[in-house]
Amino acid sequence: LKIIWGSLPKALRPPLWEPLLYMDAFCFVVCNLLAFVFQMVEKGTSLLKKLEMNVSEAEKRTGKNSVNMQETYTVYLIETRSHITGIYSGSDGSTPVPDMLWRRYSEFELLRTYLLVTYPFIIIPPLPEKRAEFVWHKLSADNLDPDFVERRRVGLENFLLRVASHPLLSNDKIFFLFLTDEKGWRDAVLETGFQDKVDSRLKSLSASFRVKNPDKRFTALKQYSDELNTAISQLLRIRARVADRLYGVYKVHGNYGRVFSEWSAIEKEMGDGLQSAGHHMDTYAASIDDILEEEEHYADQLKEYLFYTEAVRSVCRKHELIQYELEMAAQDLTYKKQQREELATGTVRVFSLKGMTSKLFGQESQEQREQKLMALEQDIKEGEELLKEKNQECHEFVQSAWKDIERFKEQKDRDLREALISYAIMQISMCKKGIQVWSNAKECFSKM
Amino acid sequence: MMSVGAPKGLPSSGQKPITEMIHPLSAVEEPLSPAPEVTVNAGGDKDTGLTNGTPVETSSPASVSSLFNRLQLDDDLDGDASTETRDLFVTVDDPKKHVSTMETYITYRVSTKTTRIEFDLPEYCVRRRYQDFDWLRIKLEDSQPTHLIPPLPEKFVMKGVVDRFSEEFVETRMKALDKFLKRVADHPVLSFNPHFNAFLTAKDLNKRQGLALLTKVGESVKYVAGGYKLRARPAEYASMGDYLDTFSGKLGTMDRIAQRIVKEQSEYLTELREYGTVYSSWAAVEEELQRPLEGVAGSVSTCCRALEDLSENISQDFLPVLREYVLYIESMKNVLRKRDQCQAEYEGRLEAAVLRRQEDRTPIPAEVEKCQDKVECFNADLKADWERWQRNKRQDFKQILTGMADKNISYYEKCQSAWESLITVLQDKQTDDKTRQGPFGRCFKALSSSL
Repeated sequence: LKIIWGSLPKALRPPLWEPLLYMDAFCFVVCNLLAFVFQMVEKGTSLLKKLEMNVSEAEKRTGKNSVNMQETYTVYLIETRSHITGIYSGSDGSTPVPDMLWRRYSEFELLRTYLLVTYPFIIIPPLPEKRAEFVWHKLSADNLDPDFVERRRVGLENFLLRVASHPLLSNDKIFFLFLTDEKGWRDAVLETGFQDKVDSRLKSLSASFRVKNPDKRFTALKQYSDELNTAISQLLRIRARVADRLYGVYKVHGNYGRVFSEWSAIEKEMGDGLQSAGHHMDTYAASIDDILEEEEHYADQLKEYLFYTEAVRSVCRKHELIQYELEMAAQDLTYKKQQREELATGTVRVFSLKGMTSKLFGQESQEQREQKLMALEQDIKEGEELLKEKNQECHEFVQSAWKDIERFKEQKDRDLREALISYAIMQISMCKKGIQVWSNAKECFSKM
Repeated sequence: MMSVGAPKGLPSSGQKPITEMIHPLSAVEEPLSPAPEVTVNAGGDKDTGLTNGTPVETSSPASVSSLFNRLQLDDDLDGDASTETRDLFVTVDDPKKHVSTMETYITYRVSTKTTRIEFDLPEYCVRRRYQDFDWLRIKLEDSQPTHLIPPLPEKFVMKGVVDRFSEEFVETRMKALDKFLKRVADHPVLSFNPHFNAFLTAKDLNKRQGLALLTKVGESVKYVAGGYKLRARPAEYASMGDYLDTFSGKLGTMDRIAQRIVKEQSEYLTELREYGTVYSSWAAVEEELQRPLEGVAGSVSTCCRALEDLSENISQDFLPVLREYVLYIESMKNVLRKRDQCQAEYEGRLEAAVLRRQEDRTPIPAEVEKCQDKVECFNADLKADWERWQRNKRQDFKQILTGMADKNISYYEKCQSAWESLITVLQDKQTDDKTRQGPFGRCFKALSSSL
């Protein structure tokens, strides 16, 4: 085991569950797990190795929408570049991968919905926000605003890269077509019939059902996801208010620029110093625009994980549904078995209308009984098959989901730490600018 | 020009008005004593003479050398009085609250060190309250009408709005009073004023104030009843007046800007504090990220404290000086007006005298010549004070603006270091993790080593 562990490259070593550490059986499972994961990761990273991609541009288009009305929308240019020859697209795999194609936001949404439905046990990377939220006053909430479009472009690129670097998702054919087949992709995705599953997925998200024995890990995960959602929402909201206030502080200093200039006109010796100091005050006031613009990137990084929590929650809910169906199937089987016993022994343990009526109106004939028993046996057999299926489904779901959850946790910790570091760097840069401007002003004052 | 036995050797000190103030020697009620009276304030009323109230305290005047050192540090005020020739040092400090049945008020210790012969002793230490300063200022204005008297901080404060006994208010006021006395002490003419002398030295100022009050009314009436109107203000003084008006306006604008900045900073601070706590509450639900998030909360908190200091500085150091200069300008305008009146009186009298001479060959009375002298002295005094004031103004504003820049630099430096130390922590953790491979990696290592 040590050898296997040591032979894996550092980045691929997956996290493991602490409570199971000391079980022998665990080691066997681990070996298989490692092999499986190793394969998956290998497979996953291979797409990104072969195909470089980015969302390079955005453009406004006008056209007729589904209700035949003129609308303006933005399209984004996805550029791909293949390192290795031999990547072909098209249904027969005959045409080489094109370099670029245009997609609009709604198409990205469609792709994502497909992924959500097809891989319900995977935490699907989120898209950038549809409408600008958590804006501070100067920032535009308009979807066509160039700054918003630019930030969205970055967000969409990020989405594609996340999918392309996921061990499982990156191998999806539809995803590949999305990147390479401008016209044919839509038909291909509809052909998969994922739309049918959309409804059931929505049901699972909104339905309220009680699971008798909830999986503690999933419960904890759902709770964490809710807590993270709350924390980041709060953070984004207050950050916007802080940005507003900081903007105010800087801009008021611009007034110093004007008054120093006016004052310098009536002074002799002090005039020059005041005048130049005034210019520096103007510079100071103007500097806040760039500073806050840059901070929006930090907000975007946080937003991504805010939206990620929704994907996590969705996986938990799906698990709940599966668990629930399993419990229902088990319950149903138990009930049917009880019925069989009753019928066979003639005792009524469970209250049923039939039992009551037979008591009141006399017993059934032996023939009827045997017919019922046979039907019940059939039911039970089917029920046992169903239970087996559900068990399998649940087990597989839990395995795959938990693998992805661990991957996600590591990714989240890594990414958010990077985000915090870059935020600190932004703050330092802001401080340095401040020191620079005030030092310049101070020099002017000293020459007064 | 008639020369009068003016106090020490400055030709521009000029003639005093006729109904002069109390003769320096006649005003002394009792021998001046240097030591402060150590008595308990029994809450007596004004008639029995409140002592220059010290609360129960046995503080002796500061030792000679420390006083000297302290005073020397404040020599940034006047440009023309070089430190070597300065022979009078005054300091205001040590505010103390006095509670009596009648009222509550603050007194300040006024310490003097001097080698001048006009003072009997080389050192004095007395306690004064605001109304004593006010008295002094009025006396100076009346007795030295040709000179610019430095301003005092605002007398009246709205009782509901401002806490007269808060540390901040007292501190600010005390600094302004200190500045006031220093300016007077540095003035070549005002510093020799007997009222100033009495203020610095008298054990009991109140008895003298009582007598002084009677004469005060008469003097101010004199100037109002002048009744002469100036035809044209000479260009020189007109441009001074214009400058003062414009400058006053600019000061008002700067005052509003500074207040606005303080307000915006305060609102920013409120949001920033909440911002920091949100990081802390997020940290509580995280494992790996707990330390980094707490770190951010900590850095934000440091920035908050730095911001508090910055805002405080604007309120305590910057704004008071702006306001002081607004008062100074009013004072200067007053002096200009008085000068105008003086000139008007002369011109009026001269005109009348010339007419009379034309009529009946009466020679121009000596009075008219005296008036001319008065005007010339006034002009000379004013110009000298104007120059001095301009120098002071330049120095003061250079100082507070440089100070403002320094405080801002210091604020950003504090914030920068807070964020830089955070990065160190965050990045250390990163390299740490790369070798640890996370908490699970640690467990697995333990497992693998046990196999």
